[in-house]
Amino acid sequence: MKRSRAARGVATLLSWGGSCTGVLLFVALWEWGSQAYGSFLLPGPRDALAALAQLVRQGEAATAVWATTWRAMSGFALAALAGIALGLLAGLSRTLGRALEPVSTVLLGIPPIAWIVLAILWFGSGSAATIYTVMATTLPVAFAGAQMGALTRDRRLQEMADAFRVPPLMRLVDFHLPHIVSYVFPALITALGVAWKVAVMAELFAAEEGIGAGLAVARVNLDTAAAMAWIVLVVVLLIVAEHGLLRPLQRRMEPWRQAGRRAG
Amino acid sequence: MLELDAIGHAFGMSRVLDGVSLTLAPGESVCLVGPSGCGKTTLLRIAAGLVGPAEGRVNDGFHRSAVVFQEGRLLPWRRLLDNIGLGLKAAGVPRRERLARARSLAAELGLAECHDRFPHELSGGMQQRVALARALAVEADCLLLDEPFSALDVGLRSEAQALLLDLLARRGIASLLVTHDLTEALRLGHRVVVLSPAPGRIVHEAHVERPFAERDAAFLYEAAGALLRHPAVAESFLFRTDEVTP
Repeated sequence: MKRSRAARGVATLLSWGGSCTGVLLFVALWEWGSQAYGSFLLPGPRDALAALAQLVRQGEAATAVWATTWRAMSGFALAALAGIALGLLAGLSRTLGRALEPVSTVLLGIPPIAWIVLAILWFGSGSAATIYTVMATTLPVAFAGAQMGALTRDRRLQEMADAFRVPPLMRLVDFHLPHIVSYVFPALITALGVAWKVAVMAELFAAEEGIGAGLAVARVNLDTAAAMAWIVLVVVLLIVAEHGLLRPLQRRMEPWRQAGRRAG
Repeated sequence: MLELDAIGHAFGMSRVLDGVSLTLAPGESVCLVGPSGCGKTTLLRIAAGLVGPAEGRVNDGFHRSAVVFQEGRLLPWRRLLDNIGLGLKAAGVPRRERLARARSLAAELGLAECHDRFPHELSGGMQQRVALARALAVEADCLLLDEPFSALDVGLRSEAQALLLDLLARRGIASLLVTHDLTEALRLGHRVVVLSPAPGRIVHEAHVERPFAERDAAFLYEAAGALLRHPAVAESFLFRTDEVTP
């Protein structure tokens, strides 16, 4: 069942090789596009990197990254807390579930741009507007994940718990939580991606600094290379947050899924 | 002693059990056979106290009874030893002692090599042995088994049956085993109780006198044949007599 270290090493290399091929192909396509359409419309990867290097040197990148990260993460954390709590309640109580589900659907249906307008009207320009917009758009995602997790608890395991007279606290820790977590994590990973994109978009309209504000400046200056540089920065941040934070956390909390992937 | 007295039960409009009375003495092994849908699993649930009967009474005088379900019903997110020790954890046994007892049971049931595996890394036969170990871990003196081996293929099933017989005999545990397989019932029971199709009621009861060690394949087929010659049993298992008469 367990493969040898060498075989696993080769498999890892192959999968890394596959990912690298994809990235390289994309960069090649980008370069080709830039040559075909000229570097004003589509600056090549090298121009973008040069612009990025300049932003980093001026210290502009660091402040922007910090501002955006802080806003995206605050909104995300608030949404995760509230969404999971409400989702669990909605999954456990049918009445509450029926009451909250349409609300969640409506929230999901409202485009982020509409939230931004409302947020600016309510909170004025600034961090609060961005944080609020991130929270409003990611909350339904966390809610849906937690609700599904709470709804799909295995009745057969519950009966087993009855048969072994499992006390309530152990039932929560050993039966319900691991199951719910397995639904909440994928939802949170999705929500994190959304949080980042929405934060940048909100900043475009409602902030003085941050990646979105940087993009707004690039637009005014017709500086396509700088815009590309900001985009590269956002993507890198998202990848770091997902693979540096959420996925390792998931691996730690759900080793039983990991084992499954290895065996399968 | 476990006493079921005139148990009747219905799900909505459909009656599944009708006036079933049964006693299980300490150390005795009773096998309950019947066609699918005859309410035998429901009867087992009632005996385990998981479902309250609509009619009749259950009197469980055993110190502790434990259930082995048809599918292992292990916690997918817990390793083998933790799954075996689940009932102990529920009873508040400290972790160290729990693991020690789980380890010795795992060794006894031939699971010594895979203490750290998750359930889905185990074969069906091994999962079922973990479920059995989990039931034995709480020191039950009565096991209630719901078609525990029906998902296993023939060779594994026979192996698991031999293991169960050995474990029950060595510990002197009483068992009530539900199955739809006549030969399994004849191999594992002191007594075989046959239920009719729904609503289930007891239509036949047979004592199997031969010692467990001497119940070989030839005996099982012969005894199954003898059982099926009773019209009531044949009606439950084969076909209705009027369907075959030309």
